[in-house]
Amino acid sequence: MSYQFDFSRVLQEFPLFLQGAWLTIQLSLVATAMGFAIGSLCAIGRRSGVKPVSLACGLYVELIRNTPLLVQIFLVYFGLSSIGWKVPAMYAAVIALVINVGAYTSEIMRAGMDSIHRGQLEAAECLALNRAQVYWHVILRPAMERVYPALTSQFILLMLGSSITSQISVEELTAVANRVQSDTYRSFETYIVVAAAYMILALLMRLGFWLLGQLVFTRKRRLGTTM
Amino acid sequence: MQTSFNIHHLYFLLNGMAWTLALSLIAFIGGGIAGFAVALCRVSPVAAVRWSATAYVQLVQGIPLLILMFMTYFGLSIAGWTLSALVAAGIAMTIYVSAYLGEIWRGCIEAVARTQWEAAECLALSRTQRMRLVILPQALRIATPPTVGFMVQIVKNTSLASIVGFVELARAGQVVNNSIFQPFLVYIIVATFYFALCYPLSAWSTRLERRLQVGQPAPLFA
Repeated sequence: MSYQFDFSRVLQEFPLFLQGAWLTIQLSLVATAMGFAIGSLCAIGRRSGVKPVSLACGLYVELIRNTPLLVQIFLVYFGLSSIGWKVPAMYAAVIALVINVGAYTSEIMRAGMDSIHRGQLEAAECLALNRAQVYWHVILRPAMERVYPALTSQFILLMLGSSITSQISVEELTAVANRVQSDTYRSFETYIVVAAAYMILALLMRLGFWLLGQLVFTRKRRLGTTM
Repeated sequence: MQTSFNIHHLYFLLNGMAWTLALSLIAFIGGGIAGFAVALCRVSPVAAVRWSATAYVQLVQGIPLLILMFMTYFGLSIAGWTLSALVAAGIAMTIYVSAYLGEIWRGCIEAVARTQWEAAECLALSRTQRMRLVILPQALRIATPPTVGFMVQIVKNTSLASIVGFVELARAGQVVNNSIFQPFLVYIIVATFYFALCYPLSAWSTRLERRLQVGQPAPLFA
């Protein structure tokens, strides 16, 4: 093998990579926040006991979890525009990512809610909490605490998955990489740099979620899983 | 001239689906073998082996599969091998699957009760014997549901091979769409095909999981 590695040309494009990484972060944060809201609502809907609601939520989750993100992104971007509803690539990407992560979050949150002990609910009822209060204080927050590690992993997977949005011309980190490699003809070096960038992003995200966890879950007792 | 969706397009898509299955199989078998090695290294008594396996898993799990694909595709070609898209995608998928399955299986090995290890040790079994005769058979039972569940991920993620030019189901969908330009219809059909591949696996995994959960508290509101 007589290949000479040359990172200098690739590293000249550093500002571009930074821009791409920033967009990746933005995409991930927006999709995480909105996906978490949708997922939690969906998990509540699935446990609601109202047949049509739980069926609809179940259908949504199964449909999304059994089809690839790439196809979902294509459907949102090309599909919507073909039926006359033109959405910019950026919005299409966010919509697809939110729909996608919402389904996964829903399953995780449902598992968390299912793990709340029945005695807790009976106690809450005895304290005359209404249904909304029970959900917020007794089910949702402890459930979140319990599945927090799983949620963190899922959101990091989402951040990595956002690389797929480069396929509909969203200028995030992977799209920048594709552009730089076609400009510099240094494809392997480019992707090594970007791989390192993603690893740093994943690490930062893990750190961020850990800090958030310390901030939000102030009770330091051990639940089912370690933080 | 534009044609509408016809039987030839459907045939082309089905052909793509066969390649999706083939790539999934390659990824599962290759990734399974490598993943097993990773899992064993992760629980190795030798710290250096354990650490390097951890580093490998962290490395692969921190990189998007898409970037892995690009790296194998371009990286192996500069090493002097001209690889077909299938081989490049197969290698990338194998690396990806090995890291995730390795981590899943490590969890399953560690989930086998501590007392089983101790009992095996008391019977003077060597480490290999302990693994082979006591731990792995029990870990296998725990590992089946998550492994089947991960197969769904494998099938779905083969769609990324389309980006390095391998004509599987997603790529076949793009090709058909480029010729008839009915993205909504085409991608719905493609999604349906993926669903048909993945849903049985998902359902199977859920059923296996339930079977393992006998004796555990029933979920609330059920």
